Amino acid sequence: MRGQTLRRSLFIIPAVALIFAFAVYPALDTLWMSLWTPAGEFDPVANYSEVLGERHIINRRGFEAGRFPFGALPHTFIWIGIHLPLTTFLGLLLAVLLQRVRGSGIIKSIIFLGMVIPMVVGGLVIRFMFDGDLGVVNQLFGALGMQTRTWTAHPNSALLALIFGAVWLWTGFSLVLYSSGLATIPKDFYEAARIDGANAVQIFFKITFPLLKPITVVVVVMTVIWDLKMFDLVYAATMGGPGGSSNILAFQMWRYAFQQFNFNHAAVVAVLLFVITVFVAIPLVRRAR
Amino acid sequence: MSPRRKRVLHTVFTHALAWGIGLLWLIPFIGLVMTSARPFAEVIGGWWNLEPFSPTFANYIEAWNHRDAPLSLGMMNSLIVGVPATLMPMLLGAIAAYGFARFSLPLKNYLFVTIVLLMALPPQMIAIPVFQIYQSAGLLNTLYSLIIIHTVWGLPWIIFFMRNFLSTVPEDIEEAARVDGASDLTVFLRIVLPVTVPALVSVGVLQFMWVWSDFFFPLIFVFDADKAVAVRQLPMLRGVYLVDWGLLTAATVMVMGVPVMLFALLQRYYIRGMVGWTLR
Repeated sequence: MRGQTLRRSLFIIPAVALIFAFAVYPALDTLWMSLWTPAGEFDPVANYSEVLGERHIINRRGFEAGRFPFGALPHTFIWIGIHLPLTTFLGLLLAVLLQRVRGSGIIKSIIFLGMVIPMVVGGLVIRFMFDGDLGVVNQLFGALGMQTRTWTAHPNSALLALIFGAVWLWTGFSLVLYSSGLATIPKDFYEAARIDGANAVQIFFKITFPLLKPITVVVVVMTVIWDLKMFDLVYAATMGGPGGSSNILAFQMWRYAFQQFNFNHAAVVAVLLFVITVFVAIPLVRRAR
Repeated sequence: MSPRRKRVLHTVFTHALAWGIGLLWLIPFIGLVMTSARPFAEVIGGWWNLEPFSPTFANYIEAWNHRDAPLSLGMMNSLIVGVPATLMPMLLGAIAAYGFARFSLPLKNYLFVTIVLLMALPPQMIAIPVFQIYQSAGLLNTLYSLIIIHTVWGLPWIIFFMRNFLSTVPEDIEEAARVDGASDLTVFLRIVLPVTVPALVSVGVLQFMWVWSDFFFPLIFVFDADKAVAVRQLPMLRGVYLVDWGLLTAATVMVMGVPVMLFALLQRYYIRGMVGWTLR
């Protein structure tokens, strides 16, 4: 029996060994690194407070003046705060709208393209759409008599331009998940509600939305995880600029680690990202077991 | 208004709205293609100006043979990384998933929870130590570094996905084969593997597209221009002060063309993979 257990362990050992060598150990090492200051002293409090006091992470001047940049940490929360509700509800509304539309498969595929293309491409397209000369957004704003400029190159609009671009890219995700969820709701529910005299809005809030709650959980968790590790979009569209006004945590981690080679500060940012991710992912991990 | 007319109006309105939104979502892609397929002088005032309109492949050819970052080379590098970084985790992941689904092994449940947790691990959390491992192993600035990290990075979700798939497959046939004296490996190769083909196709499509699209690992582990994967080349083509949008959009269309075509061909598997991976 021992021999059998050993032989059967060989099924999982190669994968588990690789995972431990290149994911578990590195993650623990990063955690360990974050406890040391760049000067080489074991002082977790000093290292963390040093990073949190950095103007790239939290920019007190920005808050005093009330304008960008506010720092990577607040920017990340602004990003999630705008991007998460917008994509989630837009996807849900579109899924409901497309239920009884002919050719909805094509429309869904078009909207889902944003999930299929590389994120760097997404970033370049955002830069392209908001460009001062070639950008279609400017054309529209110009026609409406509004200000035109390269939106990704201005402090007050760079982060927002990225966020709206991310909405364009990510809405397909919630749309597809909600669509597959809608297909599982029995038609009887709707008929019964209609016979009882419920209107469309009531049906949506009393039947559709509650029944789709498990999907909402998945969409919310996955969207936040995606937002937190968002890097390519920023790199391709703005490089965090101008003046750090579209900088977010994942990007600042790269700047600490691979521009300044300040591994200890980078590790703190990575751990911050990880802690928020774990916190958000708890409901999903619970279900997976 | 009669109920019938109201219903017709409603249908017309929903269709117009839905197709309008679809078109809105498509505009950036139309812009990309329109800019890439014309001389830059024509689109400088906006790609929507169709006068004059002289389609040309010049931008595509220039991007393909570019002096600093030829896309022909980048695409090749992407394939050299992408094919093994898809097949290896598929194989290792399927074998491990079978172990997790069918055998009772010591620490199995703890290991599985760890693996599930790792699916949410941000790549930033492993970047520095892996960089240091590669540095001391002499793997930095090689395509091997990408093959290894993508193999590892794919394993957790592939194991998770395949284990869930296997738990829906009845065990009877495997048991019968075991009674007939087949070994665990024979059972896996002859009976289980053929049944998992549709799931494996889903896994392969998703994994290949992610490896193709990933930018963070190629950026931090590989530095030489001639070893850059296609996605990594795009920012190199951007230029520092002036953006040559014609060249850049042509390269962009080609780089995204691969996953988009895969998606178009294997959409069923892609969606099933993504929905199954996230919803179960």
